[in-house]
Amino acid sequence: MTDVLEVALRVALVLGVFLVLPLLVGQTEHKAMAHMQSRLGPMYAGGFHGWAQLVADGVKFAQKEDIVPTAADRVVFKLAPAVALIPYLIALVAIPLGPGVVAQDLDVGVFFVLAVMAVGVLGPLMGGWASANKFSLLGALRTAAQLMAYELPFILAAASVAMAAGTLSLVGIVEAWEPWWLIWQLPAAVVFFVAGLAELQRPPFDMPVADSEIIFGAFTEYTGLRFALFLLAEYAGIVVLCALTTVLFLGGWHGPYDDVLGWLWTLLKTMVLAFVVIWLRVSYPRLREDQLQRLAWQGLVPIALLQLALTGVVVVART
Amino acid sequence: MKIPGAGLAKGLTVTMRTMTKRSVTQQYPEVKPELPPRSRGVIALLEENCTVCMLCARECPDWCIYIDSHKETIPAPPGGRERQRNVLDRFDIDFSLCMYCGICIEVCPFDALFWSPEFEYSELDIRDLTHGKDRLGEWMATVPAPPAHDGHGVRPKEVDAALKALDKPARERPARKPAPGPESEDAG
Repeated sequence: MTDVLEVALRVALVLGVFLVLPLLVGQTEHKAMAHMQSRLGPMYAGGFHGWAQLVADGVKFAQKEDIVPTAADRVVFKLAPAVALIPYLIALVAIPLGPGVVAQDLDVGVFFVLAVMAVGVLGPLMGGWASANKFSLLGALRTAAQLMAYELPFILAAASVAMAAGTLSLVGIVEAWEPWWLIWQLPAAVVFFVAGLAELQRPPFDMPVADSEIIFGAFTEYTGLRFALFLLAEYAGIVVLCALTTVLFLGGWHGPYDDVLGWLWTLLKTMVLAFVVIWLRVSYPRLREDQLQRLAWQGLVPIALLQLALTGVVVVART
Repeated sequence: MKIPGAGLAKGLTVTMRTMTKRSVTQQYPEVKPELPPRSRGVIALLEENCTVCMLCARECPDWCIYIDSHKETIPAPPGGRERQRNVLDRFDIDFSLCMYCGICIEVCPFDALFWSPEFEYSELDIRDLTHGKDRLGEWMATVPAPPAHDGHGVRPKEVDAALKALDKPARERPARKPAPGPESEDAG
């Protein structure tokens, strides 16, 4: 009986984090982006500086009509938002928050999280294909091209740190982490973060949803709650990517008083990274499709491979 | 030598610096804007000054001023004769047509029209944007005092003439009857 309770508690905690953190990131994006553009952002919802803006947005989305285009592949169309969102929820299960605070310590944590995150990208692909809309299809194809290009450096960078730690467990990697890895694994960290941004289709890598040329890419035909789920998936993706970068490259819970405040350090590093995601979005214009591909194949992949070689040499030299 | 990534860093610093500054947004309905003193918000009518000369209506580029009037005979005072004067019946400005050029105010020879900085008179029905003379008269309360004369500007000709006259020796001045003081009034 206690086992069931414990599992239920862990699941509830993960679900809570999953529901709260993306909203927090979303609100931060509203406000930080506004101030970076010399605006105020939402100011009315909830009374104090528009803190309830996203709640109001959610209510609005829930009220909207749920439309499925006549020519659409109904089942795939309806399934796509779930496919986009749920993988990030599952990925959170394996990410440690503090020493001993992890929903499930998997031996193959890195592999599991990367595999599950790759599934998440299938959501826009399915939605775009099933929408029976040219813009959606274009968006989906761009998503596919981007996924192909950036999955490789993403995984190579993660492999580098797994090699350095000698384990695939996320908890094991954090335990093995030492501050000088910040320098040693810096190229991998940058490659991982940038490639992750590209996989999430966040600006400046938002060619697949480029609203000024293909409406909203794969999400063009979506309305109401299904559209909201896609948006939520984007923010959940930011949380997962930032948490993963924290755990793999920034030492997770390591910090002063980490035996008590470990969870706080992880959250803090994650939120700082989430802010960087927003910051990058505001600062840079969208990359063109060919620039995207060139950055992946001529920039990130060679750097990731060199990093892998460097990691290998150092690991062999130290043993 | 150009440092690689300097441009990227520059972009980031611009957004970060903007974030630390106060944003320029004005929370309009809560915080009223501070308008410059001679803002062109709405046109006010001082009905007593209007002589129905029709100059404003004729000069208006988009003909948005409508004036109706009739003549009224003032009964003759003892020893005088009857006079006629114009009485304003209608003075409408259609603010849905008005382009706020201010020509009517410029041409008015009797200072019957003024700019008021009030601008919150939007309506749900376009016909309500035609303000009658009563409504135009209500705006008079919001007309700011005229700006003070510029100390460095050219003096008005009238003042110059008066000063020149003062400079002349007293005997050269044309003889004039002294103005009746309060005492003389009492005596009369």
